[in-house]
Amino acid sequence: MAAPAHERVRIFGIRHHGPGSARSLVRALEDLRPDVVLVEGPPEADAIVGLAADPGMVPPVALLAHVVDGGEGRSAAFWPFAEFSPEWQAIRHALRAGVPVRFCDLPAAHHLAEAPDHDSVAEPDTGPAPEPDAEPDDRPNDRPDDGPDDGPDNGPDAAAAVRLDPLARLAEAAGYDDAERWWDDVVEHRGGGPAPFDAVAEAMAALRDHAPAPPADHVRREKRREAYMRRTVRRALKDGFERIAVVCGAWHVPAIAAALGPARSPGAPTAAGDDRTLRGLPAVRVALTWVPWSYGRLAARSGYGAGVTSPGWYHHLFAAPDRPIERWFTAVAAVLRVEDLPVSSAHVIEAVRLADALAALRGRPLAGLAEVTDATLAVLCEGADLPLELIQHRMVVGERLGAVPDGTPMVPLQRDLRDEQRRLRFHPSATAKELDLDLRRPVDLDRSRLLHRLRLLGVPWGEPGGSGRGKGTFRETWTLAWRPEFDVRLVESGAWGLTVRDAASARARALAAEAGGLTELTALAEQCLPADLGDALPAVMAALADRAAADTDVAHLMGALPALVRTLRYGDVRGTSAEPLRTVVDGLVVRVCVGLPAEVIGLDDDAARALLGRVDDVHGALSLLGDAEHTARWHGTLTTLIDRPGLHGLIEGRLTRLLLDAGLLDDAGGSPGGDDGRADVPADGDDGADRPAGGDDGRVGDSAGGSRPDRFAGGIGDRMARAVSAGTSPAHAAAWIEGFLSGGGLILVHDDRLLRLVDAWIAALPPESFAAVLPLLRRTFGTFEAPERRAIGERVARIGTASGRGSAAGESLDLERAAPAVRTVIGILGGPHGDSGRPRARSGSGDRSEPVRRGDSRRDDERERT
Amino acid sequence: MTEAVLRPHAEHQFADELALLAERDDRPRPPGWRLSPWAVTVYLLGGTLPDGTVVTPKYVGPRRLIEVAVATLATDRALLLLGVPGTAKTWVSEHLAAAVSGDSTLLVQGTAGTAEDTIRYGWNYARLLAEGPSEQALVPSPVMRAMRSGAVARIEELTRMPSDVQDSLITILSEKALPVPELGTEVQARKGFTVIATANDRDRGVNDLSSALRRRFNTIVLPLPATTEEEVDIVARRVAQIGTSLELPETVAGIEEIRRVVTVFRELRSGRTADGRTRLKSPTGTLSTAEAISVITSGRVLATHFGDGVLRPADVAGGIVGAVVQDPVSDRVVWQEYLETVVRERPEWSDFYRACREVL
Repeated sequence: MAAPAHERVRIFGIRHHGPGSARSLVRALEDLRPDVVLVEGPPEADAIVGLAADPGMVPPVALLAHVVDGGEGRSAAFWPFAEFSPEWQAIRHALRAGVPVRFCDLPAAHHLAEAPDHDSVAEPDTGPAPEPDAEPDDRPNDRPDDGPDDGPDNGPDAAAAVRLDPLARLAEAAGYDDAERWWDDVVEHRGGGPAPFDAVAEAMAALRDHAPAPPADHVRREKRREAYMRRTVRRALKDGFERIAVVCGAWHVPAIAAALGPARSPGAPTAAGDDRTLRGLPAVRVALTWVPWSYGRLAARSGYGAGVTSPGWYHHLFAAPDRPIERWFTAVAAVLRVEDLPVSSAHVIEAVRLADALAALRGRPLAGLAEVTDATLAVLCEGADLPLELIQHRMVVGERLGAVPDGTPMVPLQRDLRDEQRRLRFHPSATAKELDLDLRRPVDLDRSRLLHRLRLLGVPWGEPGGSGRGKGTFRETWTLAWRPEFDVRLVESGAWGLTVRDAASARARALAAEAGGLTELTALAEQCLPADLGDALPAVMAALADRAAADTDVAHLMGALPALVRTLRYGDVRGTSAEPLRTVVDGLVVRVCVGLPAEVIGLDDDAARALLGRVDDVHGALSLLGDAEHTARWHGTLTTLIDRPGLHGLIEGRLTRLLLDAGLLDDAGGSPGGDDGRADVPADGDDGADRPAGGDDGRVGDSAGGSRPDRFAGGIGDRMARAVSAGTSPAHAAAWIEGFLSGGGLILVHDDRLLRLVDAWIAALPPESFAAVLPLLRRTFGTFEAPERRAIGERVARIGTASGRGSAAGESLDLERAAPAVRTVIGILGGPHGDSGRPRARSGSGDRSEPVRRGDSRRDDERERT
Repeated sequence: MTEAVLRPHAEHQFADELALLAERDDRPRPPGWRLSPWAVTVYLLGGTLPDGTVVTPKYVGPRRLIEVAVATLATDRALLLLGVPGTAKTWVSEHLAAAVSGDSTLLVQGTAGTAEDTIRYGWNYARLLAEGPSEQALVPSPVMRAMRSGAVARIEELTRMPSDVQDSLITILSEKALPVPELGTEVQARKGFTVIATANDRDRGVNDLSSALRRRFNTIVLPLPATTEEEVDIVARRVAQIGTSLELPETVAGIEEIRRVVTVFRELRSGRTADGRTRLKSPTGTLSTAEAISVITSGRVLATHFGDGVLRPADVAGGIVGAVVQDPVSDRVVWQEYLETVVRERPEWSDFYRACREVL
């Protein structure tokens, strides 16, 4: 043995993630040129530490230890490293010099075995719950020497935090109120000078002697860790290394040094004692790997005190070769300029001056983050908080995301994702960015599927954009941002399957099995389809069908229908098979039709309006679906409803209109309530009978314009008259009108008789009723397009002058000229097979558009007349 | 002379403290300054000197704001204090000027009618006509006088001035000189000269600063007090000071009443109750700390002259209603809602509730 132990071992007490520590450490290691480096961290990682030298490894990264087959207590722990972490610099130095690196902290196997005392361990099934499952993760870093991030304002355990924070006491002794700042001043902001390690070690020794006793479980844990550290050092000594560098948290320095003293003091820890401490510790099987980390995650900002508040700032301090303040403000100015905020060099100069003046005023050796932030706010941001937020986010915390090389051990799921990402040329980044996908391109379709599957796994790498539907069904907008905790989620999801697709399927099935409500299930179904999880779909659909059967709330059913129909109708854009969905939709339609009548009675205005929206949605969804049987059933339901007594005016008016538009409101004429349930049958007959099959004939327009509207108006006219007659209250009548006319006033332009009815009704209102109804009318008419209103006004004006019928007879149509247009329109609308009611109505409007435009009356004359 | 005036200037009112600080202050003073920056900070924020002398705080709020303000002045930059009405902008500016240059009277009040003369210089027209342009005919503005003596000039309500008048400050702030073309001379600022401007960023009818002017200021936004305790402290302190200058006899502290007024103001201002459970409508008025101070002060006057000398709910009720209900229609609804849903539910506030009901 060449030299005594204490001469062969140098212990460097550092502060985790301290740039000043890192800088000093690099210099010290270059001087010492150790032949082995021991670093605080889980020793299981010894095997993969070599990866740190890989050019593909870009900090911030973290060592992730996760329990293999851990059953219930599936937890994980992290040891994050940034570029400016002393540990990272030590590792890189050792790898560069070609000397071994060993981790000397308590093995993760023991650490994670203790995990059950963290009560907030997340179950793997609950999916997106980042905060709780992050809590235990960073526990290993939550060491007292980590820096006093737990300020005294942290609530109930603030007192404990203060006791656990030795730096706070040192800072207090130095007259600082903020320990972070004190450490920054004495260690991190030092440019040069002698290495502070000896002084730090002495200070810690003094502190350890005098600090109040921390809680018992904390003491126990610390004891084990330090025993293990000593054991690692002893082993390195035994292995014959001559210059051993130990890099650990400053707090532990005296504990390790105690084992090396030249003359053993009686109380010093012995190898045998340490072995006793470490004997029989519980252990679990763990696997370790590197995962990318991010500065956002490193920062205390994201939720807990284990990290540093300002990784971006520290990175800058570490990376800037000189004049850190000037460089910082220049970078801040650049960020602000990118956001189009005018910042001149004069601003930067003044900011630097102010920061320096503040530092002098506060008696600090160099402007720190507090001074720099104050100066940024006062000068560069001109007092505005918003740009400062931006700076905090982009610069002080930073958006840097690390990367790990390909050779890194991964769970199969991670590897699959990585392969997929490579195949789709789709790389994660921490900065949020927008992505437009065109689902007609195979690669985009696959990307979309991948994102949807990941969402099912609780990895919201992409958030779907809001404007998706407006752009057409083949477009999707996503906002992408990769967060490091996603890797954890992937590791946790490893149990679900080996590939992203399998895992997502399994997870969807599990979710379907335990889903509580119908809406959850429809949402799940809507997620499954775009994720192309054909295997999971039957299970989801079965659950959906069961749930729909049990759900008594028709509103839920109605709410679920449009989304399902949408996916059903457009599923083929994605090439998804949606047969199972059809069965569910079939069931839903039936249930809605059965349940609706009970829902419509006794509604107040708000409820009626809500129901109106649902009815419209379902109606629209069924039109989209284009299933004759469902449409007939729906119309039948509406027909039975329409004559119910006690129906809210809004609903009644709307139902009338829907049936009218569908061409199903036949001779309700003089016999109110006489057409229950049968309406659909004759309607179907009608459709067959005068379908405009011979569209080339030229007479079509005539027969359509002449006969049908009259028959409609016959039925509708009576209803209208009844709805607005003197027996009903004005409010009810107005609501009826609103419901009836909502969604377009064209019917008033084209159905002269209807217009006359409305006109006559308004004209006949007694003055006080008119005053009451007027706002409601205005509201209805206000929703119409200006040309519609003008056209209505003109129509009304002509009621008084032209005698007799005003409709088709009032205009002489040139059928020769109209025929080609009509033919084209019919062709566009689906030819002879189209829905008979709609083409005819449209062609009618085409015919009459000319006289409508001819008028120059600007106002809605109707009110003027009354 | 300070005996008779209604409101003495800061440098007179706190002359003792300033003198003491100047005497004890051994740190370097920037040229033209009466105190070192450190002592100015102590003067504003209060503290105890090494020899045990206690300096009263003038501003209760974030320490860093005052530090930034003092550091700004020390780097001969102009300082712009922004904030909603009643956040002690003028108060801070007056005390800063008093501490830095011992003179808070070099003041320009910005209004829509402020002319360039008040920023630069005017003329004594009788002399001007009689003798032609001369140094004697020139009437210097407060800013010009501050430049000559190396003192702090104050500009109140900068944004109320017309834009062209504002911009006449640009040369003064960047060149630190004021040309007088009529005389072919200029006034160059002596060391120590700087400008403290205040502006209200929430008012209507103000003229925004041009960016050229804006970038010559360091901006500090003065916040509303962060916590109820802080605001109660401010109100109590100011009420006591005002009471002294009005020569009111000591009323029984009434700290509970102050806390109540502050709570009411804070709740209405933030639109929810202190426990965060109930949402409230906010009235149109600003309900700043300054208004709370005036409500309490008038309550004290009422209690002294018409009551039994103890500040009681009835004494503040009228003032509160007057402060809250600025718009007779909408604010009345807000106030009544607050009264019935919040005040009434608090058993310990029942006397206050009754008093408010009587006033309404």
